[in-house]
Amino acid sequence: MTTPLHNKVLIIGSGPAGLTAAIYAARANLQPLVIEGEPSSTSDQPGGQLMLTTDVENFPGFPEGIMGPELMMRCRDQAIRFGTEFITEKVTKVDFSSRPFRAWVRDTEYTADAIIVSTGAQSLMLGLEEEKHLIGHGLSTCATCDGFFFRGQEIVVVGGGDSALEEAQFLTKFASKVTIIHRRESLRASKIMQDRAFKNDKISFVWNKQVTRVLGADKVSGIEMTDTVTGEFSTMNVTGIFVAIGHRPNTDLFSGILEMETTGYLTTKPGSTYTNIEGVFACGDVQDHTYRQAITAAGSGCMAAIDCERWLEAQHS
Amino acid sequence: MADGIITLTSSSFDETVKSSTTPVLVDFWAEWCGPCKAIAPVLKELSTELVGKLTIAKLDVDAHGDIAQRFNVMSIPTLLIFHNGEVQKRLVGAKGKSQLLQELAEFLPTSQ
Repeated sequence: MTTPLHNKVLIIGSGPAGLTAAIYAARANLQPLVIEGEPSSTSDQPGGQLMLTTDVENFPGFPEGIMGPELMMRCRDQAIRFGTEFITEKVTKVDFSSRPFRAWVRDTEYTADAIIVSTGAQSLMLGLEEEKHLIGHGLSTCATCDGFFFRGQEIVVVGGGDSALEEAQFLTKFASKVTIIHRRESLRASKIMQDRAFKNDKISFVWNKQVTRVLGADKVSGIEMTDTVTGEFSTMNVTGIFVAIGHRPNTDLFSGILEMETTGYLTTKPGSTYTNIEGVFACGDVQDHTYRQAITAAGSGCMAAIDCERWLEAQHS
Repeated sequence: MADGIITLTSSSFDETVKSSTTPVLVDFWAEWCGPCKAIAPVLKELSTELVGKLTIAKLDVDAHGDIAQRFNVMSIPTLLIFHNGEVQKRLVGAKGKSQLLQELAEFLPTSQ
């Protein structure tokens, strides 16, 4: 048995929330360890959802905009500057039933006086059986990675929020036509994104349709849709499908351990980042299904570090 | 380059993949792909750790689209593992080191 590696503060997850918490905790001399996650083509990866985006235009301080991955790299560098340590692995198990709290990466055990959970959320897929073998063959989880392969082709984006419109807009750089398929008859995206999409000649809309099947043996050749009002079926020939229908929180790790809503989002004490376990704090999208912005995640990351610092001080006084 | 990763081009691709005595992992990547950048350090480590057992090479799909098309690469990163010039395995999407090692195990000589 090797002795577990002990830290005062362990941060799980490294999007804007986790990295902001790290910057604040490091500057408070708490020498945080961040277990940042491991590479993936979904947003459950180091840096989080912003790693799969392009221009971030609404983060204060960047009047010309900044690329999502660039913003996260800068936050990470800023955390390192004040002494944050990083491990590029995914936590596989936690035990918060006694102190110090325990977390494992496979067989390696880490202990900590306090934990900050910032594991974020990841994009939902359609949940269709054929998705599994068509991912990478016309069905993509990453528009910025794969848009290039659809030059001159007709593709669809499924969804009606800001992410769907942003992806569609980006994909018009390559595709000859992008159709947005939405299950309602109006979009929930912000006004500015809607205006841009409606103005873009390459973007068209199909309303009140849900994608119920992806067609194609070894690569995508089309989709089958069901009308959400009439129940009628229809098909469309496309070579590419990009899905942006919402998110689910990355909380499987904390199931039965931390209090969560039925949707899986962690519950925090209103106006704070306290979870139901004293000494375990949660920030960012893992506990927020309302705002879900880079700036709100960063803000709650700051709250978590301050809550954590004060709580640790109170333990010793 | 300091690491042992071979940079492939349209003209060097076939020769490298066919003449190698060890299996060859080809990383199809591009500059603008975030997940590709995320796995670059992992591949760099593996190229050192697995020297003599597995050859690691990369191909920029932006510059050498013909090769990407030939192997139906429609998503990056895609890792193709070649042995004796033939594709033996296709891994789509970025993965962590331990996951990748697991996928590669069947191509590595078993150490006692």
